[in-house]
Amino acid sequence: MSAFTLIEGIGAPLPLPNLDTDQIMPKQFLRGIDKAGLDRGLLYDMRFDEHGEPRPDFVLNQPAWRDTRVLVAGPNFGCGSSREHAVWGLQQYGIRAVIAPSFGEIFYSNAMNNRLLLVMLPQAQVDVLMRAAANPAAPASIRIDLDTMTVAAGDFTAPFTMSARHLDMFRRGLDIIGMSLTHADAIAAFAGRHHAANPWLRDVAATTMARLAG
Amino acid sequence: MAGRTLYRKLVESHTVVTLDADNVLLYADLHIMNEYTSPQAFAGLAEHGRKVPAPGQQLAVVDHIIPTHAESPRVIQDPASALQARNLKRNCDLHGIPLFDTNDPLQGIEHVITPEHGMIRPGMVVLCGDSHTTTYGAFGALGFGIGTSEVEHVLATQTLVYRLARDMRIRVEGLLPPGTTSKDLILHIISRISAQGARGYVVEFTGSAIRALSMEARMTLCNMTVEAGARGALIAPDATSVGYVLERAADIDASMAQAARTAWAQLASDADAPFDAELVFDASVVEPYVTWGTSPDQAIPVSAAVPHPADAADAIARASAERALDYIGLAPGSHLQGLSVQRVFIGSCTNGRIEDLRAVADVVRGHKVAAGVRAMVVPGSGAVREQAEAEGIAALLLEAGFEWRKPGCSMCLAMNDDMLAPGERCASTTNRNFEGRQGRAGRTHLMSPAMAAAAAITGCITDVRQLGQSR
Repeated sequence: MSAFTLIEGIGAPLPLPNLDTDQIMPKQFLRGIDKAGLDRGLLYDMRFDEHGEPRPDFVLNQPAWRDTRVLVAGPNFGCGSSREHAVWGLQQYGIRAVIAPSFGEIFYSNAMNNRLLLVMLPQAQVDVLMRAAANPAAPASIRIDLDTMTVAAGDFTAPFTMSARHLDMFRRGLDIIGMSLTHADAIAAFAGRHHAANPWLRDVAATTMARLAG
Repeated sequence: MAGRTLYRKLVESHTVVTLDADNVLLYADLHIMNEYTSPQAFAGLAEHGRKVPAPGQQLAVVDHIIPTHAESPRVIQDPASALQARNLKRNCDLHGIPLFDTNDPLQGIEHVITPEHGMIRPGMVVLCGDSHTTTYGAFGALGFGIGTSEVEHVLATQTLVYRLARDMRIRVEGLLPPGTTSKDLILHIISRISAQGARGYVVEFTGSAIRALSMEARMTLCNMTVEAGARGALIAPDATSVGYVLERAADIDASMAQAARTAWAQLASDADAPFDAELVFDASVVEPYVTWGTSPDQAIPVSAAVPHPADAADAIARASAERALDYIGLAPGSHLQGLSVQRVFIGSCTNGRIEDLRAVADVVRGHKVAAGVRAMVVPGSGAVREQAEAEGIAALLLEAGFEWRKPGCSMCLAMNDDMLAPGERCASTTNRNFEGRQGRAGRTHLMSPAMAAAAAITGCITDVRQLGQSR
């Protein structure tokens, strides 16, 4: 059992649909050339008011949810911009997993590439977890077990699935680039054939820039 | 054997290795980068001592953070943004990657400059760390946005580990009525199928309405298909797209062009190709569309009333609509027509091309920007700006009281210093009306360039068709 086979912690409810990556990580936090400091930017306009003071009514600012590790979210979570900063910010804040009925497609790939676990459950099951997580007296502790492929909170248990590839990526933390580079010879051979058959696709950027430079 | 869709043909012709039932190693013909989603990818390469095997198939652009003040040379005042631009130049120099830098006369928005110089060609796979890469479907090229980890992967391997999408066909018949554009069509479609209605799909657009669209209009359509959650958009190449490309791609000589035409003629879905989902729309009923909320699917015809949250399909949609109305400052049942705007923004990778500026000029001619309205025009590229100046569009807009600015992403996402003040309402030709997108507490109404121009001269959201009648 490792940090990447069992995730357990306080769940926080974020029931809005289409919570886009602009809101998850606003523009002013995208000006870096590294990944530092993105915990501050997470859900910034929801967490902080116009003076930079925490909004006491926002769920993550309330004492009961101070140690949130799992977000329970609405459909199409992470839609919009491709900014991977949204994933980095969630992780830097301490979020280990997000449970939702569906996710934005680019966000999903970004999360998998960073070992942020995304669990898709039917809306009715998300609703149960949402209610459990929303209890300010005792927000649910949510347990996601990748050995049994189940999500549990109190009396609630539900199975979930994900592709074998993504599960493997999450559990083992694979070097995807390194694995793809083992195909370097096949890539070079492909490129040779591809450009012989479609010479107009060879080095389009360099060729065009040389032409524009006169 | 059943026929294949255009999407499947594009994937199969770029598959280096099949990894498993759902994933392939997909070859990228062109990889485009900007200053803000690439730095950590280059840092990752350096960390592992990895090289870029195909620098001639990479292109970098400074577009998201760049100020658009009409000054020469342009200076990026914000220190962090200036560092991003310098960092991009350093990375490009290090790896031999072509760059449109800050003061390049042809600099512009990545999705505007690559098509206008003939770099996007039918049958390509084009990747970019930007969700609006779906734009290139207009050329029968498979384009889609990727994250920074994937940018690093493409730099190092010229491929992507690619999860296959499902096939959707959206057939649009009829002709768009006067006063409407492909922007109205895509807002109409998204409002019907929702912001996740095409999630998981690559959408192929077909039908007489699509065939009738110009390349600029097709780019607008494919650009915003991502706002329905799509993983890509496609329009099969035809005389319109092939002509557009060959006019601009000067490196394709006559004999190569003949071979290219033959290859591109194969880029269509077979008659018996299976689609996982099919939808049909009637272009002739489309009206000018305007968003009323904070998601691109919250759009209505300009003549319609703002919906009541109580009529929403479920509790989540109701709560979402209530929150959106509260943010945007509108009451259920109220009308968008006549709603005052303080700002107008014309530009972006959705609507910052020459055809868009011509449409604006046609509406504005003989009018002035209304008192109390600040109206900005940010051309999509240096070439668009120059063309508009040559056609007299710039002079007309300046005379009318518009700001005529330098190219960039600008207030589409407000990463530079162009942004709304809290509470300001903006008629915008961009693609996202998300909370805070154009500035904290700013209120965005998405619409076509002609509609935004009408808002600029009347000071309020106005049906551009009625404006025509009164003149």
